[in-house]
Amino acid sequence: MDLRLSGTAPTEAERRAVDAAFAAHRSPDDLPGADVRFPDSGHAARGRRHILLPALHAVMDEVGHLTPGALNHVARVLSVPPADVYGVATFYAMFSVTPRAPHVVHVCDDVACAPAGAEDVIAGLAEDLGEEGEGKEVCWVRSPCLGLCERAPAVMLQLAKRPDVSVAPAAIGGLRAELDRIATEEPAEVPSADAAFADVTVSVPQAGQPQLTLLRRVGVVDPESIDDYRAHGGYEALRRAVEMGAERVIREVSDSSLTGRGGAAFPTGVKWDGVARAPSRPHYLVCNADESEPGTFKDRVLMEYDPFGLIEAMTIAGFATGCERGYLYIRGEYPLATRRLEHAIATARAHGYLGDDVAGDGFRFDIELRRGAGAYICGEETALLNSIEGHRGEPRNKPPFPATSGLFGKPTVINNVETLYNVLPVLAVGGQAFAGVGGGRSTGTKLFCVSGAVATPGVYEVEFGTTLRELLELAGGVRGELRTVLLGGAAGGFVLPEHLDVPLTLEAAREIGATLGSGVVLAFDTQADLTGTLRRIAAFFRDESCGQCVPCRVGTVRQEEALARLTRGAAKGPELMLLDDLARVMQDASICGLGQTAPAAVMSALKLGLL
Amino acid sequence: MTTVLLGSISRLVTVTVDGRELRVPEGSTILDVLREQGVETPTLCWAPNLTPINACRVCMVEVEGSRVLVPSCARKVDDGMVVRTDTEKVRHSRRMVLELLASSTDMTQASADVQRWMVEYGVDPDRYGPPAPAEEDRAGRRPGHHHVPDGSTAANVAQPVKVDNDLYVRDYARCILCYKCVKACGTDAQFTFAISAAGRGFDAHIATEYDGELPDSACVYCGNCIGVCPTGALKSVREHELREDGDWHPESETVTTTICSFCGVGCNLELHVQQGSIVNVTSPSDHSVTHGHLCIKGRFGFQHVQNLPEA
Repeated sequence: MDLRLSGTAPTEAERRAVDAAFAAHRSPDDLPGADVRFPDSGHAARGRRHILLPALHAVMDEVGHLTPGALNHVARVLSVPPADVYGVATFYAMFSVTPRAPHVVHVCDDVACAPAGAEDVIAGLAEDLGEEGEGKEVCWVRSPCLGLCERAPAVMLQLAKRPDVSVAPAAIGGLRAELDRIATEEPAEVPSADAAFADVTVSVPQAGQPQLTLLRRVGVVDPESIDDYRAHGGYEALRRAVEMGAERVIREVSDSSLTGRGGAAFPTGVKWDGVARAPSRPHYLVCNADESEPGTFKDRVLMEYDPFGLIEAMTIAGFATGCERGYLYIRGEYPLATRRLEHAIATARAHGYLGDDVAGDGFRFDIELRRGAGAYICGEETALLNSIEGHRGEPRNKPPFPATSGLFGKPTVINNVETLYNVLPVLAVGGQAFAGVGGGRSTGTKLFCVSGAVATPGVYEVEFGTTLRELLELAGGVRGELRTVLLGGAAGGFVLPEHLDVPLTLEAAREIGATLGSGVVLAFDTQADLTGTLRRIAAFFRDESCGQCVPCRVGTVRQEEALARLTRGAAKGPELMLLDDLARVMQDASICGLGQTAPAAVMSALKLGLL
Repeated sequence: MTTVLLGSISRLVTVTVDGRELRVPEGSTILDVLREQGVETPTLCWAPNLTPINACRVCMVEVEGSRVLVPSCARKVDDGMVVRTDTEKVRHSRRMVLELLASSTDMTQASADVQRWMVEYGVDPDRYGPPAPAEEDRAGRRPGHHHVPDGSTAANVAQPVKVDNDLYVRDYARCILCYKCVKACGTDAQFTFAISAAGRGFDAHIATEYDGELPDSACVYCGNCIGVCPTGALKSVREHELREDGDWHPESETVTTTICSFCGVGCNLELHVQQGSIVNVTSPSDHSVTHGHLCIKGRFGFQHVQNLPEA
């Protein structure tokens, strides 16, 4: 491959940013020198493509948008065709290939934040800065769910030359003050906006309660201290795992009947066993922390308040499945969790808990954190793999499944954040005992993201089998009169008040035609604008479709249009038939879970007569 | 010396297609089996000389044990696999895929087969409303953002034709985003990588870097993207001009096979001739030398043949 590059040169700052990203991520067996564009550079040059996303992030962090000169330099250093670099850069919502203000205010106007005053924030910003995307130093843009629903309305500040921060709950007054600080003050070592997250009870009202398992350290340990983590039982599970040996760990996980908590509920033991036995080497571990399902924030809370827990769980997973390298792919909209995890990884490495000889136990494992850049689809496991590899985040055709051919074509375990945290209690009490809570495929405890019209929104940990009514009561009960609950997120469905006694298990939810999905419990009272919510969900899927397959790419557009006609009072008959036709082709023929579930919430609302 | 290509020898597996039990070579795709059996299966993003792309989802079939439909072009047969092609679910998906494409893209220059499938599957693109007007700058749209529609018109990809060089035009109002051109430009044939999919979702489109013009890109004008385009989105300037002038007569077209005389490789050429002049050059996809792909000289270097002195 002979790249044809234009003569456009990067600025000195862009060159430094890209070269630094390259130096930080290049593999040890790469060729010396940054420029390998000579005829026999071959594999080494092509093997650099996985640095594409970090390199683009580096330019965004420095400049605030991607100039032709910067893209050209990225293409040259990584030996990736410029057209491909452009294709990847234009895939992500957090990147801009056209000049844009260096500071961007992403305002969530999604299902939880819209009823909580997102439009007021937007109106205030529009007054100060002008239309969406306009402004010289600062601009604002609408954003899909930022995963801060318990603190709605939420805002994320994507800032050039200083760390990104979340502001939630966001009021225009506080936001103006924060933007003033950014304009006038030098960046602090710890962004002042992080202070708002010091009170953990806002996110986890149960914090500190003795019955908690997954959340037991949340609000109890110092998320920045490995010593504190160890003082609270940290790294005991890893020690037990090493004593047991890899095979026994997998048996315990299988015995626990632990299922994936990302939405698909695949048995974790089966996944681990498949990769552990795969003959091809190396094996890779990927932690899917691209939590983007509207209404979901449980993984964020775990990572922010107990980051070492995830590092330990990934180390155990790597040990059990024979992986020496783990990738932690976290969504780009989680700046605080990213900071805490980066710190935790560096600290664990410094203390010998990651590296060539983990905890002196003679196995090698290390973790590399990768940031997403604003794409819900990258939470789909194969899209995530493509994203890490430096391709567009388009899902792959399955089979082959990642357990046989995953990251870089090698056997790969991909687990959701909450799933991995569950491994710690599985090893603490044993698989059989773990399976003693709940039953069937729904064993152990489950985190639910309760938000909307409840008194105390937040992440709640309950045993599988707790009823929806009990969960809502735990969250302080419904504010006003309950109309419906969105269960499982935008890819889930609605539940009516008469079904509040449904036990929250995979099986019972399915019986009433619902799904637990990623654990979203979003309550709507009788005052809620359900039509607006449905249209937001339809718009969400249209925005987040990768565009690869026809049923999803065009189907989500047509679904949104039909819904618009319905809400304008078009005759129901033909529109419902059309929506049904669209739903079927999206469910049956889309490549991945996004397309297959894109019509779920809309169809569920129509079936229940909520529109 | 005569050489007979035997292909690779493989084990046979048993599959059932629409109730008929068959023994087929291991490693075949479901589509291979269906074609062998004469079961007509619509395809758009599949081509015999490209690795399966699996994006258009029109070749879907039912496979027992699978909750969702399966792309026959990409899925290899397993021993004991039970395939159905004649179910309501399959027909519905094929109809909807064709209908969604026809409602958003200009399909009028797709092949006669495609036109026939649209009739046979009962496609009705008009039920999504009148098409929205063409837009100049679709490329500038931001991923993750769009204007909220009111549903009065059907969004589509209508846009002006890009004519920025002497050899071929890019008429992306006809593009169904099958990715064939990207594959032909990249790892499946040319290894030039001048184009890629850019943007996201409904705004995804095929682009050079920065949506620039072809002469500024890595394009080497081999025209292999034209060779695989199923809808006429990519075509030679000559064909484009003849069509614009109402002087395009496919019914009178004859095809003459010859061998390219530019170098010693020996590529087979098919000269497409209308009204006594060559309008296009292709190569058969099953030809062992070209696999359907040519270079700039083979595909476009024919003007000297008909550069006759004015009578």
